[in-house]
Amino acid sequence: MSLPLFVEVLIQGMLTGLVYGLMALGLSVIFGVVRVVNFAHGEFAVLAMYAAFVLFGLFHLDPIIASIPIAAAFFVIGYLLQRAVVQPFVTRPQHEQFILLVGLSIVIVNALLLIFGPESRHVDLPYSFDSFSIGSILIDEVRVYGALAALAVTAVLFAFFRFTSTGVAIRAAADNLVGAAVVGLDVKRLYAISFGVGLACVGAAGAIMMALTDMTPMLAPSLTLLAFTIVIVGGLGSMVGALAGGLLIGVAEAAASALASPSMKSMVSFGLLIVVLALRPQGLFGKAEA
Amino acid sequence: MSAVAQPLLAVRNATKRFRGLTAVSDVSFAVMPAEIFAVIGPNGAGKTTLFNLIAGAFALDEGEIHFDGRRIDGQSPDKICEQGIARTFQIVKPFPELSVRDNVAIGAMLRAPDMDSARAAADEILRKLDLFDKRGQKAASLTLPDRKRLEVARALATRPRLILLDEVMAGLRPTETDHMVAALRDINRAEQLAIVMIEHVMRAVMALAERVHVLHHGASIAEGPPQEVTRDARVIESYLGLKAAH
Amino acid sequence: MSASPASPGARQTVALALFGLALVAAPFVVDRYILSIILLCLIGAYLGQAWNILMGFCGLLSLGHALYLGLGAYGAAALYVKFGIGPWLGVFVAMALAVAASFVIGWLGFRFRIEGVYFSLLTIAFAESARIGFDNWAWLGGAAGFFLPVRAEDFGQYWNLRGGPFFFYYLALALAAGGLFVSARLRASKLGHAWLAIREDAQAARALGVNVTRARFMALFVSAAMTAVGGVYLAFWGNNIFPGQIFDMAHSIDIMLGPIVGGVGTLFGPIVGSFLLVPLGEALIEALRALGLNAPGAKALVYGFLLMGIIAAAPSGVWPWLARRLRLQDREQ
Repeated sequence: MSLPLFVEVLIQGMLTGLVYGLMALGLSVIFGVVRVVNFAHGEFAVLAMYAAFVLFGLFHLDPIIASIPIAAAFFVIGYLLQRAVVQPFVTRPQHEQFILLVGLSIVIVNALLLIFGPESRHVDLPYSFDSFSIGSILIDEVRVYGALAALAVTAVLFAFFRFTSTGVAIRAAADNLVGAAVVGLDVKRLYAISFGVGLACVGAAGAIMMALTDMTPMLAPSLTLLAFTIVIVGGLGSMVGALAGGLLIGVAEAAASALASPSMKSMVSFGLLIVVLALRPQGLFGKAEA
Repeated sequence: MSAVAQPLLAVRNATKRFRGLTAVSDVSFAVMPAEIFAVIGPNGAGKTTLFNLIAGAFALDEGEIHFDGRRIDGQSPDKICEQGIARTFQIVKPFPELSVRDNVAIGAMLRAPDMDSARAAADEILRKLDLFDKRGQKAASLTLPDRKRLEVARALATRPRLILLDEVMAGLRPTETDHMVAALRDINRAEQLAIVMIEHVMRAVMALAERVHVLHHGASIAEGPPQEVTRDARVIESYLGLKAAH
Repeated sequence: MSASPASPGARQTVALALFGLALVAAPFVVDRYILSIILLCLIGAYLGQAWNILMGFCGLLSLGHALYLGLGAYGAAALYVKFGIGPWLGVFVAMALAVAASFVIGWLGFRFRIEGVYFSLLTIAFAESARIGFDNWAWLGGAAGFFLPVRAEDFGQYWNLRGGPFFFYYLALALAAGGLFVSARLRASKLGHAWLAIREDAQAARALGVNVTRARFMALFVSAAMTAVGGVYLAFWGNNIFPGQIFDMAHSIDIMLGPIVGGVGTLFGPIVGSFLLVPLGEALIEALRALGLNAPGAKALVYGFLLMGIIAAAPSGVWPWLARRLRLQDREQ
């Protein structure tokens, strides 16, 4: 591979990786706080993609801008979902949580299938085929905007966890549940907010992805798997890890697409997953068990 | 020299650090066959860490541990149990969904050819510790004193030559304590079982232990017969004094 | 206290014998359609037993059992079609393949202390990557599927698993009965008790001299091998294999659903669960057809809601409740 192509693949991969990272961040926040693995994560990403698709069709709203209202709506969905459906399962065994969320994922995908059909969908943006050029290196414009939007959402999220009292309380609850309950934090509310925040992440990421790629309901399981891979590589429950994992997987996939074939993308990220697990089982940024 | 008996358990210069914090610092002691030996000290003195080192749950940073003349540090907990060291956990760890009898039978499995003989061995131990009538109950349904007894029964079922008892008297009423003391003494005598106990209940320590080893901030500060050790100025200051201050 | 004269154990034996007899007699009583449904129940019960050994007995949650199913199916089918080696021999290759794959997962998991959620996600990752791998493996048909020849002259070669509906029905019954037998024997053994101890508290088990890693590997091997045998059955029964189906996560879910609904860790839970869920699924299809809801996704949508409802309603499974009702069991187990 020539150097310009190498740089191009690297940059494109990192830009996509930031969006992946945002999606995985949602999974990581939910697991880190609620201790439930959201097996419907990819399905929510696809749901957000359809939301962006519909908004584009109705109002010609750019998916990257639509990511803001979609994230807000997904926060509400997540909050209510945790309160009404997931909360009773928080203390139940893992396999029961799995079945619950898999049931939810089946519902989402098939509802979309019923409404929109199996056809592949995409949006045509005015700048879809434009690119920035630096010397002989070409970078898709849409990817740059998408990555910037993902970065902005991520920054808001980090600020939320660092500077707001609710964010700090959620971090406290994630570290020490009993302690949080003892000092009088409403743990159920914090869980619901966390699930909401997690879904807001995947909602924003999904909307942005609509600008980058074609989409069908059948994409959902592979997105779920992608999010899993990223958070395991980065370290389940670690926010920085989710972003770093997203970048790493983004670059690895871009390289696999450029060097081999696009269908080998998942195999490459999976290979990466095994290597990371073997070298550092808790993930790159995960905390070792005490 | 030749008349000196070989210790069953020898801990030499054991040291364990957690992220720079030294939990056990250069601790040495020896336990003779069939001896009852107590390790005491205030909370956080490193007693349970010491047990975890002996039982193989943690790796030593420095030092050696020998059992019956063989070096055992670095081996896995199951291998160490196989060689004849059993342990109880301070926070009891019953198998909650299994019956009391199966809990103990799983310990007995180690030296039994099949489950039937393991259950027979379990029944025998359950009788000794007054749990026989509750053998059909789920372990989850036991009261705390019964769980403590179950913890001891399960460890004894592995037919150890040395047992590490981590605060098995805590939470027991005085009569229950006396009962446990009597049961342990019986087993100690009948089966030549060496006992190393971590204990806060001084009543039990004074009644059972032949020698006491005192830890403070991870380091050894005294060792000797219980009557002597409890008169030691440093022990009174660090441990008993601390307790009196409460 | 109980009014019944016989002990729960004896009643259980009688109930099981009656159930077994009914299943043996079924082909002579019911029609082809009902028989095919019972066959699916039996296969579900068998695969559920296999998964239950790993999760119910040993506490290891595999979310990717379709991996072993697919490896078994492809292993035996490829040997038969490509090399003319019959499944009577191929089944051992199938088991070996599944055991090898489970060894890799176990080695990664146990060697590097990948536990809990991480282990479960690892099993999904392996199953999914197998699906992608087989999708792209042209020699075995890739995504277009792999087909076994159905020739009239092969019919009756039972050692090659070439037979009619009755043959496959009784084979399924034999598998289910064998699965139950293996499960029961293992559960009563020392190894089985080591598994239970590990499930309840691995650290305590280790302190009692249980070699936890070895016991976990054994559970993984037994479970993987049993599942692979089920895969061989599916391949020769259906005569076609598609990576997108056999390795699909939906297949993994189907395998684990029976034991979860029936009662995880119990001996009869997988059977009860399968005999509840399969007819329920069939009834659902019929009901939707009667209502004129044939749109793609409609069945799965309702199925998704049902999954959520069932798991919310039956946390510890149907069998423990049923057994108490029918006085088939002591309080224990």
